[in-house]
Amino acid sequence: MCMRTIEQTTQEILELATRQFQVPAGSLGADDDFYKKLGIDSLQALEMLSRLENHFHIELPDYEVQGVSDFKTLAQRIQARL
Amino acid sequence: MLDLKKYNSVGEALRDALETWPTEVCLIESDRGEEKQRLTYRNFKDKALPLAKSLQDLAIGPGDRVAIIMTNQSKWLISAYAIFFCGATLVPLDFKLKPEEQWQLLKHSGAKVLITEYGIWRQLSGSPARSAAANVKTVLATEAPEGADLAGAERWENVKGANPPSFVPQKRQDIACIVYSSGTGGTPKGCMMTHENYLEQCIALTSLYPFWPGVRYLSILPTNHAIDFMVGFFGPFTCGAAVVHLRTLRPEYVREAFPKYEITYVSLVPLVLKNLQKGLQARFDALPDSKRKALDAIRSINRALTKDRPRPWLSRKLLGEVHAGFGGNLEAIIVGGAFTEPQVLQFFYDLGIPVANGYGLTEAGTAVTVNDLKPFRADTVGKPLPGMEVQIRNSDNDGIGEVTVRSKTVMAGYLNEPELTAETIVDGWLRTGDMGRFDSTGHLQLFGRKKNMIVTEEGKNVYAEDVEQAFEGLRVKEFCVFAANFIWPQRSMLQEKLLLVIHLEHGQAFTSELKSEISARNAWLANYKRVHGLVIYQEDFPLTASLKIKRAELAHRLSALDREQSILPI
Repeated sequence: MCMRTIEQTTQEILELATRQFQVPAGSLGADDDFYKKLGIDSLQALEMLSRLENHFHIELPDYEVQGVSDFKTLAQRIQARL
Repeated sequence: MLDLKKYNSVGEALRDALETWPTEVCLIESDRGEEKQRLTYRNFKDKALPLAKSLQDLAIGPGDRVAIIMTNQSKWLISAYAIFFCGATLVPLDFKLKPEEQWQLLKHSGAKVLITEYGIWRQLSGSPARSAAANVKTVLATEAPEGADLAGAERWENVKGANPPSFVPQKRQDIACIVYSSGTGGTPKGCMMTHENYLEQCIALTSLYPFWPGVRYLSILPTNHAIDFMVGFFGPFTCGAAVVHLRTLRPEYVREAFPKYEITYVSLVPLVLKNLQKGLQARFDALPDSKRKALDAIRSINRALTKDRPRPWLSRKLLGEVHAGFGGNLEAIIVGGAFTEPQVLQFFYDLGIPVANGYGLTEAGTAVTVNDLKPFRADTVGKPLPGMEVQIRNSDNDGIGEVTVRSKTVMAGYLNEPELTAETIVDGWLRTGDMGRFDSTGHLQLFGRKKNMIVTEEGKNVYAEDVEQAFEGLRVKEFCVFAANFIWPQRSMLQEKLLLVIHLEHGQAFTSELKSEISARNAWLANYKRVHGLVIYQEDFPLTASLKIKRAELAHRLSALDREQSILPI
């Protein structure tokens, strides 16, 4: 049973990305493209996924996150596995 | 290794490989650090033949096409062998494409059967684009959970023909695979690769980088990619070697796999290699001053001692700690898919880890040139492989011209595209569209492209025309996408990027709304396909009689503009 709402999940993802990539608090939004906004490449995105998996105690298969580049969609994929 | 000269097809060679090394391990599969499966060549055969029989029960045979959309795993290779066993043509597709792109290619390929993973199938089956590919009659999905809705697919694990299948021979010139080098969004470029293409490429590559029983190849590049198909499947299998698959490609699991499985070879794209360098350099920089100086001195000694050729044993002695991180058995890192910066190659070579860089393209059957390391030349992409004729055509005063290739490894042509094929292969010579020259020692050096495309550091080919679809209907008079270097040639294979060129209606202002619309449309594209700049052109685009943009002429006109000043950020 998922105890988090999608809004909470999204917020936790944004906070985690803010910490990991040391960007100013509040500078990331759900619709942001994380490659562009954080200036990261696909490998750094994979590292972020590892952290998110640990944080939410889930496993995200690689195919689930292929092509995902915004926090909102990422949150939806994570929420579906909570 | 098997004597591939005596075989007529990929399937025939693989069949002999399975008989030659029945007790050798051929596949290891690990997920998140946990080993899930280890198969010998005999186990592999036992899993593949029932699938081959069931394909034959579906009347799959010569001339039929069977597509695979899977992540790197054992069932990819098992399915591929079953397809070759039936004499059918394999269509390996990129699992990273969007569902609508995959359906587009499935339709174009005419595949009758699709073999995929349940997770991928879930996304594919829910796509409205599914109805377009009515040619796909059967779908086999692996690893579906119990009770899962299969949306018309059958379970791969349950599909087993009762009787032994019969091996269907193929001729060398028959089509083994249709490999898409690009074309989602534009003209799909389905390279028809013959059995001969693969047999000859394998002979050439293994003459420089041999496999043998006991070799462990770490498969990271997608297996649908021409490089991994060759060095992560056909090459190792025809030499009795083993392939290691990781189901989750996170950096921590990749790092762990090197020592755990004592990896001998790995193939990487330049982006990953660069990241590996960054990580190592950060660790070196964090060393106490005295240790760092000692390391620098040892690297210099190693560089001097390996000037003429690699000496792996010596390098491992000198730089034991670094090599231990790579498992201690790494013979070479194969880098491909895109151009690699010389300083990155040199960094690893100085550590005693040779990077086999080269130059190739799917159309040429993967590699055309490879650095033979005798001596290592970071500033070049190596010499032509045995069996490759490479000529520089229409060269300028500096000797730089178009690289053209003639070889038994060059594809038969593009599927359903006779005109494009005729433009690309002229009198038996493949026109690569890449610009280069040979130096005095016969090493090829590359200097940019003649074609309107880029190759990203992740090894993705992106043709400018293929990206334009995303901007259809944009409220401007006309627009066009270009590779920046196509307009302003740079004599470089680095920092390639795409640009959107727009021409506004008379009196139209470039508003913030228009800018936002361009950004939003750009964001819809996969990140590697996005345009990185905007050029506002003030004049009408030159058009053909049928109102198509004359791209070359427009590029020529644009080249009169100042590159730096004209490109606006998106």
